[in-house]
Amino acid sequence: MSITRRDFLKIAAVTGGAVAATTPAIKSVLALGRKPASLPQFVPTTCEMCFWRCGAIAKVVDGKVVKLDGNPIHPNSRGKLCARGHGGIGLLYDPDRLKTPLINTGARGEGKFKKVSWDEALGFVADKMKKIKEKYGAESIALLTHGTVSTYFMHLLQAFGSPNFAMPSFALCRGARGVAFEVTFGEDVGNPERLDLQNSKAIVLIGSHLGENAHNSQCQEFAEAVGKGATVIVLDPRFSTAAGKAKYWLPIKPATDLAILLAWINLIISEGLYDKEYVAKYTNGFNEVAQAVKEYTPEWAEKETDIPAKLIVETAIVLGKNKPNVLIHPGRHTAWYSDNVQRQRAVAILTAILGSYGRPGGIYLNPKKKLEPVFLSEKDYPDHKPAMNKGKYPFAGEEGVTHEIVRTTLTEEPYPIKAWFITGTNIMKAMPNQKDTLNAVKKLDLLVAVDMMPYDGVMLADVVLPECTYLERHDDFFTVKERSFGISIRQPVVQPMYETKPGWWIAKELGKRLGLEEYFPWNTFEDFLKMKAQTWGIDYSELAKKGYIDFPESAKPYLAPGEDYKFKTHSGKIELYSRELKEKGFDPVPRYTKHSQPSEGWFRLIYGRAPVHTFSRTTNNPSLWELMEENVAWVNAKVAKKMGLKNGEYIVLVNQDGVKSNKVRAKVTERIRPDCIYLVHGFGSTSKLLHRAYHRGADDQQLITRYAIDPIAGTVGMRVNFVKITKEV
Amino acid sequence: MPKYVMVIDVEKCIGCMACVIACKKENNVPEEYFRTRVVEEVRGEFPNLRMELRSELCNHCENAPCIDACPTMASHRAKDGTVQIDRKKCIGCKACILACPYDARYSHPKGFADKCTFCDHRLKEGKKPACVETCLGKSRIFGDLDDPNSEVADLLRKYDSSVRLEFAGTRPRVFYIKKKFAGGM
Repeated sequence: MSITRRDFLKIAAVTGGAVAATTPAIKSVLALGRKPASLPQFVPTTCEMCFWRCGAIAKVVDGKVVKLDGNPIHPNSRGKLCARGHGGIGLLYDPDRLKTPLINTGARGEGKFKKVSWDEALGFVADKMKKIKEKYGAESIALLTHGTVSTYFMHLLQAFGSPNFAMPSFALCRGARGVAFEVTFGEDVGNPERLDLQNSKAIVLIGSHLGENAHNSQCQEFAEAVGKGATVIVLDPRFSTAAGKAKYWLPIKPATDLAILLAWINLIISEGLYDKEYVAKYTNGFNEVAQAVKEYTPEWAEKETDIPAKLIVETAIVLGKNKPNVLIHPGRHTAWYSDNVQRQRAVAILTAILGSYGRPGGIYLNPKKKLEPVFLSEKDYPDHKPAMNKGKYPFAGEEGVTHEIVRTTLTEEPYPIKAWFITGTNIMKAMPNQKDTLNAVKKLDLLVAVDMMPYDGVMLADVVLPECTYLERHDDFFTVKERSFGISIRQPVVQPMYETKPGWWIAKELGKRLGLEEYFPWNTFEDFLKMKAQTWGIDYSELAKKGYIDFPESAKPYLAPGEDYKFKTHSGKIELYSRELKEKGFDPVPRYTKHSQPSEGWFRLIYGRAPVHTFSRTTNNPSLWELMEENVAWVNAKVAKKMGLKNGEYIVLVNQDGVKSNKVRAKVTERIRPDCIYLVHGFGSTSKLLHRAYHRGADDQQLITRYAIDPIAGTVGMRVNFVKITKEV
Repeated sequence: MPKYVMVIDVEKCIGCMACVIACKKENNVPEEYFRTRVVEEVRGEFPNLRMELRSELCNHCENAPCIDACPTMASHRAKDGTVQIDRKKCIGCKACILACPYDARYSHPKGFADKCTFCDHRLKEGKKPACVETCLGKSRIFGDLDDPNSEVADLLRKYDSSVRLEFAGTRPRVFYIKKKFAGGM
């Protein structure tokens, strides 16, 4: 590591961690007859190129960001940034950025924008909101949101009187995992996940493609484990980068993961490979599980999964032998099929019987640190009609369910939704069934977008409010629950460019125009942060200088031998058999569900990530675009040969409902099963204002016209679409 | 004189591409050009596959064909043993680009040959090259091979290593180690 902690502190002490201003040129450089150059300044902040939220240090020269590096003292970055983190400069200086507030003068979705002042834009939005409230009630305004900007707009909407918000991060991403782990262990595995990868002796990845999914510290620990000789087992229809590191690549038939998980649980129990002491001390319902999984033999699982029974047994033995230092990766994007929660429950049960929760190499425990909550304002929110954002799903999370917002908008049941705020989320690329989304948008009286780039969803808006990038603004503190607890700051490293404004400012100014000033009782967000720091007993200036403050005494990663530990479940024990699920009418122990498979000539559409992009957010980023300008459709080599497809040839994918993709190059490869097509998610933008990304590659979401819904928590299954290949481009 | 080398632990590369872009930003490499890359090689047929990810960059050869090919001595061996290009002396004849068997050089739009410098400007400040510093897998390791206590010396003692195109006789200073079989079943 080139910057030691001491060095960094020295640098930070000079810059004061504040907004970099130009420093006077040095005379000795002038004497050489060269262009005067300012001393670089180094300002720590928190990255937002994805949602891992690494500590970054910006190198600023003459008011321009020239380099971003990882903050060595931040546990999510450890002195390193991923490609996207380095590419933050590309976002900041992307000429396609939203620069001024805009109002659409054409039909909805036409994107005939005229530039307006902030005053006009905010006045327009406030007037419309007041009218909608008068006619339908404040609850008729919904918020679809993601990222830090959510903080301010959830606050604003609730102050206005609407509880109806939804984040794609629940139903469309990690919701199922969260619910399954809460039901089993009493808490989710965290974000970033509390995975003790660096100490794992055996690692199971179920579709998790670490490396291609470049979550910084998790990738660092995965590589370290691989280097130390951990046995990696990868279940994936595609030979991912991680599969390339695996001793066992199990090219499983998609939609059958639960079969192998249940067979493993059965084998580990019946062969006595489970952690007997741990199970006896910390769990409930072992016998019920043992009984329920008896039918799931390796021979049965072979028929379901295409994985030889012999290998299922061999890998079960690997898990048993390495227990408890085994990590069954709980996954992150788990919105696959109609039984997401039950599949993730099987992951949780397997983790528990191997004794790896709270053990080295498994899932480490939450750090012990409680801070008093500090709210944006002390004023209570007004009363409102019951929220509709969780639908009828008993285990839906606090983040809300996106498709319930769409459904309610379309049906007006239980009451009409007449306005959407979309903040930091590209509704066209995040949500399945674009037709439903567009039909819902048509029914609105108002659509407001707050974002940094003219993404597809933003183009549908009546009013566009341009937020500045993470490098130009303060945001709320990030509380990091790594092995120890810590606090990370985001602060501007340069001043906002163009007419862009921080999210907090936009919400506060809109609040003013709605008569909600009292909900924003601070002048600048930094004032609020300073007050918060004071309440927490943290030295704000130290945090601003270092970027991160760690509380090492909070760490308690592992259970002590024989420790009495109370899990946060109803019984205080790990619920292998879930009474909670049973009470709500669901299977208390996961049971196998058969999902339909593609017929001859059709392929299941699967999707994932590339290390240089974050969803559709970065496809136009000049720094990252040049590393991957468009996605490719992975086609099995034998299939391609049969069809006469050449590598690199443009094809079009057509789904079961006749929806055609953009043209996309075929990647003819041995690295995928013959019954699947794989696309990296986020491409094929329809926004003409994204000059690099426009119409480049194919949009997986466009082809995801159908989706399944998990009745337990309302999470979505998006891997249920089948496509055909056509050469007519 | 130090003997700077890079050791690449192939097994620990997870293909995240952080090195590629960190290098571009650190060295202000123009659009469409790269000083380093990660090459993916797949062998076998479904489902019996193995894959290797290999970082490639200038090898800072001890017997450097680019230096021999350069008519103006712009390509030269610097005091620290690395191979460098003096932009002022470079006439843009591209002889070095053709001479390099590793495709490590490109013609900069401003008219001179350009390539990896091992981030010599950072070495002078006691830092490691940008790609090494940000490598998520710690797959790129850098140091002075003449220092017996360095990590690179330790790794090259412990493990068999190879260089690219050994038969070319260029004696590269970028070494590849494979601790064990890396690949599918």
